Amino acid sequence: MREIDAKTITDAVESLCIDAACDLGQDVEQLISDAAKKESLPRAQYILNQLIDNIKLAREQQMPICQDTGMAVVFVEMGQDVHITGGYIIDAINEGVRSGYTKGYLRKSVVSNPIERINTGDNTPAIIHVEMVPGSSLSITVVPKGFGSENMSALKMLKPADGIDGIKAFVLDTVKAAGGNPCPPVILGIGIGGTMEKAAYIAKKALLRDAGQPNPNESVASLEQELLHAINALGIGPQGLGGTVTALAVHIETFATHIAGLPVAINMQCHASRHKTAVL
Amino acid sequence: MEIKSIVSPLSKAAIDDLNAGDMVKMTGIIYTARDAAHKRMIQLINQNLPLPFDIAGQTIYYAGPCPPKPGQVIGSAGPTTSSRVDTYTPPLLARGLNAMIGKGPRSRAVIDAMVKYKAVYLAATGGAGALIANCIKKADIVAFEDLGPEAIYRLVVEDLPLIVAIDCHGNSLYS
Repeated sequence: MREIDAKTITDAVESLCIDAACDLGQDVEQLISDAAKKESLPRAQYILNQLIDNIKLAREQQMPICQDTGMAVVFVEMGQDVHITGGYIIDAINEGVRSGYTKGYLRKSVVSNPIERINTGDNTPAIIHVEMVPGSSLSITVVPKGFGSENMSALKMLKPADGIDGIKAFVLDTVKAAGGNPCPPVILGIGIGGTMEKAAYIAKKALLRDAGQPNPNESVASLEQELLHAINALGIGPQGLGGTVTALAVHIETFATHIAGLPVAINMQCHASRHKTAVL
Repeated sequence: MEIKSIVSPLSKAAIDDLNAGDMVKMTGIIYTARDAAHKRMIQLINQNLPLPFDIAGQTIYYAGPCPPKPGQVIGSAGPTTSSRVDTYTPPLLARGLNAMIGKGPRSRAVIDAMVKYKAVYLAATGGAGALIANCIKKADIVAFEDLGPEAIYRLVVEDLPLIVAIDCHGNSLYS
């Protein structure tokens, strides 16, 4: 049994919140640069070039890429041989979020109750998912999820007879309805299968993949490519103002499902696809 | 790539000159306001009370910035989704609001009011918060300080990069 102190978790989460908000991954930056070269509409280029400048300025000045520094979604993979000492893991993570959002001058965007809507003032609580895994390490990934894109996400319980055509139609309808709202160019996390909540969970996890990296299953990877081309043919473009780059990548994850069902969840992610991981 | 320079507050003649699709850089004074600030402004209007600033001829920027670090003018300050304030917008246009900056499409009612009162809607780049913060040279709270990031700020901006998304003739890049 390996012991990890709760304070170590808090410190790691604090740094991850700040790093994720200010330092966009090279993978996403590369896809935006490639998109700027491919884009032919001048006003779409104007926007993509601003995004590239923005990423560099944010990194240099340690300033958040986007003022919506999100609700903190935290994925934990906890080795079953790990024992947390000195506190409860969920409290330790929330303490890290509280201190990261305060020390990092990040925007506090969380309200305590969805009806009364009083800002909690420290961006807690975080949305925390803990999975048990073999081994004795603890992996923590912080995803600051902005709501411009989160609000454009969708879930549908398709019927098995709807099949692949039903999935494609649902994805394209969702992207069309979202238009410029989710800050395109977007990355789509799509979860297919499982149950209602499992589909949504794997859709969000799909966003953690290196941007543009295909699903290891060839037929899923080819569906990702097919959807990417179809989405970019819609002409929504950067910020919904026209152009050929509406999506940077489509990431699909699948899971076994019931004979009677075909759940499909689409988690929309803006171009500021932020996430940072620490392994303790 | 031709980029027009414009000055806020915008004159009606300058608004007339802007067409959907134009790329511009804006210099001058703008006011931030998002959902909660709009709700309060409409309550003031309904009670026949004065607004916290004279809205006639002015530009509103839909934004809720990050807090500034010590020594910074403002934190990351990109636009938020405009459609969330659509229901509050026509009464403000009727009181002379000239220009709006945000992201994403507007409702039919907003576009109709824009044509009626000759106003323009400009799109800022969503997610370019650090770049936009670098264009903001001064930020002062005008009202509703208790709303935190949703308070109304008066900003002095220099060369803020924008695109005319809906012009005063009702032409829209979103349709």
